[in-house]
Amino acid sequence: MLGRMAHLDRAEVAHVALLARLGLSEDELTRLQVELNHILEQYAVLAELDTEAIAPTAQTIEQANILREDRAEPGLSTEAALAGAPERLGDHFLVPAILGDAGAPEVEP
Amino acid sequence: MTGRPIDVTRWRAAQMAAALRAGECSSRELVEAHLARIRRQDHALHAWVSVDGEGAIASAEAADRRLAEARRAGPAALADLPPLLGLPLALKDLVVTRGQPSTAGSRILEGFVGPYDAHIAERLLAAGAVVLGKTNMDEFAMGSSTEHSAWGPTGNPWDLDRVPGGSSGGSAAAVAAFHVPLAIGTDTGGSIRQPAALTGVVGLKPTYGRVSRYGIIAFASSLDQIGPFGRDTRDAAMLLQAVAGRDERDATSSPHPVPDYATALPLDDEPAAVGLRGVRLGLPRQYFVAGMEAGVARCVREAVAALEAAGAEVVDVDLPHTDYGLATYYIIAPAEASANLARYDGIRYGYSARGGDVLANYLATRDGGFGAEVKRRVMLGTYALSAGYYDAFYLKAQKVRTLIKRDFDRAFESVDALVAPTSPTVAFRLGARLADPVAMYLSDACTLPVNVAGLPGLSVPCGLSEGLPVGLQFIGRPWDEGRLLGLGRAYEAITAGAPWRGVEPTALPVLDDPDAPSPAARLAAAQDERSFTA
Repeated sequence: MLGRMAHLDRAEVAHVALLARLGLSEDELTRLQVELNHILEQYAVLAELDTEAIAPTAQTIEQANILREDRAEPGLSTEAALAGAPERLGDHFLVPAILGDAGAPEVEP
Repeated sequence: MTGRPIDVTRWRAAQMAAALRAGECSSRELVEAHLARIRRQDHALHAWVSVDGEGAIASAEAADRRLAEARRAGPAALADLPPLLGLPLALKDLVVTRGQPSTAGSRILEGFVGPYDAHIAERLLAAGAVVLGKTNMDEFAMGSSTEHSAWGPTGNPWDLDRVPGGSSGGSAAAVAAFHVPLAIGTDTGGSIRQPAALTGVVGLKPTYGRVSRYGIIAFASSLDQIGPFGRDTRDAAMLLQAVAGRDERDATSSPHPVPDYATALPLDDEPAAVGLRGVRLGLPRQYFVAGMEAGVARCVREAVAALEAAGAEVVDVDLPHTDYGLATYYIIAPAEASANLARYDGIRYGYSARGGDVLANYLATRDGGFGAEVKRRVMLGTYALSAGYYDAFYLKAQKVRTLIKRDFDRAFESVDALVAPTSPTVAFRLGARLADPVAMYLSDACTLPVNVAGLPGLSVPCGLSEGLPVGLQFIGRPWDEGRLLGLGRAYEAITAGAPWRGVEPTALPVLDDPDAPSPAARLAAAQDERSFTA
């Protein structure tokens, strides 16, 4: 299954790039299609293994009941959280409007 | 005293700590000597992304005040001081510290200043350690050569036309070139052990969960672990001691008790070597992989023979799923990376580009902010997790992960630890593997199964092949860092008289040449030559 599926055409590469929010150039898409297919070929070896009855491992070091008290702790101040913002308006991160008319933001500075 | 003045940068961290307590030198003197070396040499080595000279001097002065106070109070107060007090060290450029830049080697974090301290930074600062700055790395720790840094590559102090390994190549090179005695790295598939091997220093990847990752810029969350670099096992143990243990802010950090790694290691060679008697070591057949250099295999076999001669029992063991490690790792790590790197949106911090609407801004920011290797892995990971492919890739890899872990579990039923090569080759030339991602990935064939299984691994120098360092890897059961360090210390003891032990990195004199080319210029020249001959 791995071996058969492991080939990406150019439209699929472009689709994955959009899913990954990567605005790639035509050159990059061309190069990545070759590279990704070469890497995917390496994955085909896994198809040799019968893993039908094998349980997956998500965490290697088993830890049970890792709990802590549910208490409020001081976090970052608004100023500290916004200090690195490329664009801000008052106490907010500023982004282009997502809904409706992309006019002036209705936020008090 | 006549002759050459003492060069404090050549000391081990433990020697520096002793000299500070004896009043033979001050932390300020130590820190200034190391900063001077960095300023003089880093144009040719490029181990550092940022250096905080002013902050380091202030920390050193604070350490000197604590030392003076303890000296007045008496020997008991001196003995109670934290071992790292006043010692210079380096952090990999993915450890967030308050008020200082951390870029993880990526343009997308250009200009990012940490709003808080990582757990390990808090611990190190409380211990009085002096952070000189942040070291270069492959972007988001994705790579085995440090060539994938947005800020240009790092050189290998043994040969400046070669890579120092990666991704923690800056930390390894800084320790090897005497820019610092100690450095922090992270290891997701070999990123501490492989550069340690390629630069001739000691590097330890602890058990998954041994060190809190709070404040560490994430790559692959089920694999990442923080660990120390030093020029010997005792120094590495001292640094691990200072950062290991449970932290509530990282739910994967373990409450498993932290033993006293540092004082358990004998100072003298004779008692250290005695520790090998009766130890059962497994030599994994599958780790002598195709593509392994003969010189590396020879050094490792000689090291194994030395361990046997000193009383260790070495038996061949099988880790039958080793060959599946690479594919398993290169599904799991990119999948987790694609999720972790989704946070870089150009809205809250770091690099930000405009494309128009929100989606166009994301596309432009992430296209301009990420380098080629990061894009490759984010693409791979996104594909492997996408609808219809999850079972075929990610779930399959997690199942094979179970098989790889079982191999180790079975081996540890009959042996105390495994001994193996760290890297199949010595340091390779700048640019040699950049054009072929799969060749680069094979650099970690002997280290990444250890991360896949969550185990601790230690690399110690075991000789030179063609004048370049070779690393010997000890792999242990979970929480067996102490045993690994003991084995490494024993190996140091039985090879204390070996001729290669006294050899310093051979390119150190070149670093002092103010006209020496930067690693970026060397890489560009190598690539020109390659395209010319091709």
